Amino acid sequence: MATFFGEVLSVYSRAVEEDDEDLDDENEDEQIHRAIEEKREVHIAWCPEVAQSLEGKLQCSELIIAVGTNAAGFLSAYVLNTESWDAVGHASLWNERSRGSSRQSIAPLPGEPACLFYRHRDNPAVLVCQSTCYIAEDQLFQWTEKVFGCLQKRGLSVMVLSDSPVAEYKTPDYLYGSAVPFLRSLKSSASKSQALCPALEQPNILTGLPAAVLSHCQVHQIPAVLYQCYTDVISPDSITMETYKPALLCLSKLVKLEPCLSADVLRKFAIITEAQSNLYT
Amino acid sequence: MVFNLGEENLSFYYHINQRSFLLQTKSKKFCKLMVSWIKASGFSRTVLLSSSHAYQRDDQQLLGTPLRYLQTPSMQKVTGDRLKEMEWREMETVSTFPGVTDSEQRLYIPGGGATKGLFTDSCAEDIPLVVVLIFCSEGDNIPDAFTLLNHLNTWLHLVDAPAQMQPKWRIPASWRLLFGSGIPPALF
Repeated sequence: MATFFGEVLSVYSRAVEEDDEDLDDENEDEQIHRAIEEKREVHIAWCPEVAQSLEGKLQCSELIIAVGTNAAGFLSAYVLNTESWDAVGHASLWNERSRGSSRQSIAPLPGEPACLFYRHRDNPAVLVCQSTCYIAEDQLFQWTEKVFGCLQKRGLSVMVLSDSPVAEYKTPDYLYGSAVPFLRSLKSSASKSQALCPALEQPNILTGLPAAVLSHCQVHQIPAVLYQCYTDVISPDSITMETYKPALLCLSKLVKLEPCLSADVLRKFAIITEAQSNLYT
Repeated sequence: MVFNLGEENLSFYYHINQRSFLLQTKSKKFCKLMVSWIKASGFSRTVLLSSSHAYQRDDQQLLGTPLRYLQTPSMQKVTGDRLKEMEWREMETVSTFPGVTDSEQRLYIPGGGATKGLFTDSCAEDIPLVVVLIFCSEGDNIPDAFTLLNHLNTWLHLVDAPAQMQPKWRIPASWRLLFGSGIPPALF
């Protein structure tokens, strides 16, 4: 596709070829499709204690989902850093970018991209999900249906923290470096809470897991608020993590938090890029 | 996204904006679900706006209007020859085996996504449906959208327009900044 200035961008084609598959598929093709579908299925594994209580649905008043390494790092540093959280489950899935799980029943290794669930010991109705693995487009709906399918819908409220590259943020005025990172919010219509930062302006859109979760909440009238952090750093970075601090205001009403962290603690969660070469930093 | 335009002259209009692409393995299921919803809702007519790759046109299709239509037999009963009288061009079929004489003709809408599936399922389910499509290329499709909409308006009169002039349409917010954000002033 050529842009206004004549540069050629390689973009995914928005046109979709018509299905050329015959109405009567070969048996072998069907088997292959089925095998691929099974391989790409999303599995949610809960610890035995939670699995038992899932005969009914899990009582959950607050679900906090962190999507991306900085959002997950923020929760690890400010929320999960206290001793009051239990790991209660994980989602395992396979796609070309997340090759987690031939090991569905085994929890992901520390540091591995994963999707983990934590529950607060003193307030078990508060659930946190840290998602650092890539969830493909065909798996997003499944993930959302399976996770929310385990939760009691009545009284549920959702908060999503999500990382996004600032290159994907569209604004008519040029964005100077000093303005980055920054937060934008989006709410479902059922959410009556006051957002703690400006709303995401049109024509910007959400994609991926945050979009799937917010769409689900909108359709099922679940109050949900999303805080999207636009950053110019790819790897986990303490300054980007600190940008999520306004969300602490809502979280502190629910659980005990670490309000002030030393630089050492934050550094633990941020990766320091080694200077292997000064040419490409 | 589904929009309800509310009541006007005792008619209810629903508009579905299919902005995201369909996963190829789910296309058939999508068509079946959509068609059964249209049937259950009892819409008096359904219009499917679509497009097809301009580069796949044959020599004849390169001439004249890039706009085409298709209608199901049920729709034909409703509109009669109205669309032909308006000199709309019906979408041509292609030979199943090009170059082979007397080869069977089939419907081919390259780049049309689920259009063919929705059309054939609508024929099978006796749904009054008309497809209006435009041959276009990848890139800035805003002019193509206006061409398609103005063409549709000549039939449905969705919006009044002074004679010989195009109606004034409102541009959606999603069309802003299609080529990215503002330019850094330091560049110049």
